Amino acid sequence: MKIHIPTPLRAYTGGQPTVSVPGATVGEALEQLVGAYPDLRQNLYTADGKLRSFVNIYLNDDDIRYLPAKEATETGQEDELTIIPSIAGGCCDCL
Amino acid sequence: MATATLPELELPKLSNEEISRYSRHLILPEVGMEGQQKLKAAKVLCVGTGGLGAPLALYLAAAGVGTLGLVDFDTVDASNLQRQIIHSTATVGKLKVDSAEIMLKGLNPFMNVVKHNTMLTSANALEIFKDYDIIADGTDNFQTRYLVNDACVLTGKPNAYGSIFRFEGQASVFATEAGPCYRCLYPEPPPPGLVPSCAEGGVLGILPGLVGVIQATEVIKLILGIGDSLAGRLLLIDALGMNFRTLKLRKNPDCPACGTHEIKELIDYDQFCGIEKPKSVGPLEVAHDKAVAEAPVVDGIPQISVETLKKKMDAKEDFFLLDVREPHEYKIVNLGAPLIPVGELGRRIDDLAGQKDREIVIHCRSGARSQKAALILKNAGFQHVENLAGGILAWADKIDPTMPKY
Repeated sequence: MKIHIPTPLRAYTGGQPTVSVPGATVGEALEQLVGAYPDLRQNLYTADGKLRSFVNIYLNDDDIRYLPAKEATETGQEDELTIIPSIAGGCCDCL
Repeated sequence: MATATLPELELPKLSNEEISRYSRHLILPEVGMEGQQKLKAAKVLCVGTGGLGAPLALYLAAAGVGTLGLVDFDTVDASNLQRQIIHSTATVGKLKVDSAEIMLKGLNPFMNVVKHNTMLTSANALEIFKDYDIIADGTDNFQTRYLVNDACVLTGKPNAYGSIFRFEGQASVFATEAGPCYRCLYPEPPPPGLVPSCAEGGVLGILPGLVGVIQATEVIKLILGIGDSLAGRLLLIDALGMNFRTLKLRKNPDCPACGTHEIKELIDYDQFCGIEKPKSVGPLEVAHDKAVAEAPVVDGIPQISVETLKKKMDAKEDFFLLDVREPHEYKIVNLGAPLIPVGELGRRIDDLAGQKDREIVIHCRSGARSQKAALILKNAGFQHVENLAGGILAWADKIDPTMPKY
């Protein structure tokens, strides 16, 4: 299935906006993703392996937090996952 | 669902001049005379007059919103003008609220501008918000995002939200009576270490224009009570692919702000976001990557000044100068040092194997990334690593004024 990578995280996927991974559930697909791109792991998961609270994962148009099976929700080839980043910018001033 | 936000008061009359000015609205049945009067009666607060606030405030002024409040404490810098079209070359150095007022009044003298030349804080937000009907959040940091959200929930004002990063934007309407708030989507901010650093900074200048105009559209729809607002939806904008998607947002019943109402007053948002209290830069423009202050040693890394570096160069001392910025920054200006971007340093340590016992001075743009790089090298066993305080910007200021600054 296809996973859409938001701009702030593309630094960890070699600039790729979408990544295709196998996976029968949302959780498995994400595990495949961080397996392929290890630098992503700490951005998506806490040290004890939970999805970080500021990371929103959408299966198609739905927030997985509100799906009954959450990360265990089954997925098919045609489904798409989108990672919604927390972005603050109104402009990007930095020192 | 359309949301009428204004109380049914007696609407202000339009003068003949105003009727001529707004004729293209007046002949649009969805606006018409009553809608235009609603716009005139409306009071909208723009938090920030930067990339998002600039087009937002300009279009609201043009559309005839009667009162626009502007919150900003900053002054106009030449580097703002690539996107902040409410300011101009002539107002560089002026307060942003004064500069914005000149442009807004020039566009539409029939509206009121209320200037709040201040940093929005937990101490003043509720007091400022209470005089407005709708808040438009055009800020650029997580502290102020949460502050604006909580203040909107506490005062019951809708928040027309927009946010951008490089080529990507988001927009929504938060904190309407039935809809979700910003905390429903993002219960917590990312820790500062996971916020993209200035190595990944920058923004396509037109992107805040695109997103700010979407925010303005939502504000106008809320005032007029027409159409379907973005409340309960998140609009994702990808300017490179020019793709627009909307995702469903839900009100979280456990949300401490709008669900359980556990948050009864504004909190310390710097602490909430794990960020030190700002000193010279405030929450509206706080740096993602704070430059290291002038201190002789920070986390075991000696900080050297550009003057000291110049003396070392002139005396032809034996040391290795390393630039840890990005290749596209190197092309703008450089000191001739070898380049290894800080993000690649960890896996390119071997490139520096020959320098392990030599004195190494590391520089970046302003001194923040080079401090990070110095720590990486120190942890990899390098003995004598120093950080150039103030980076290449300080070099341009103090040693070579002919150099461009970016």
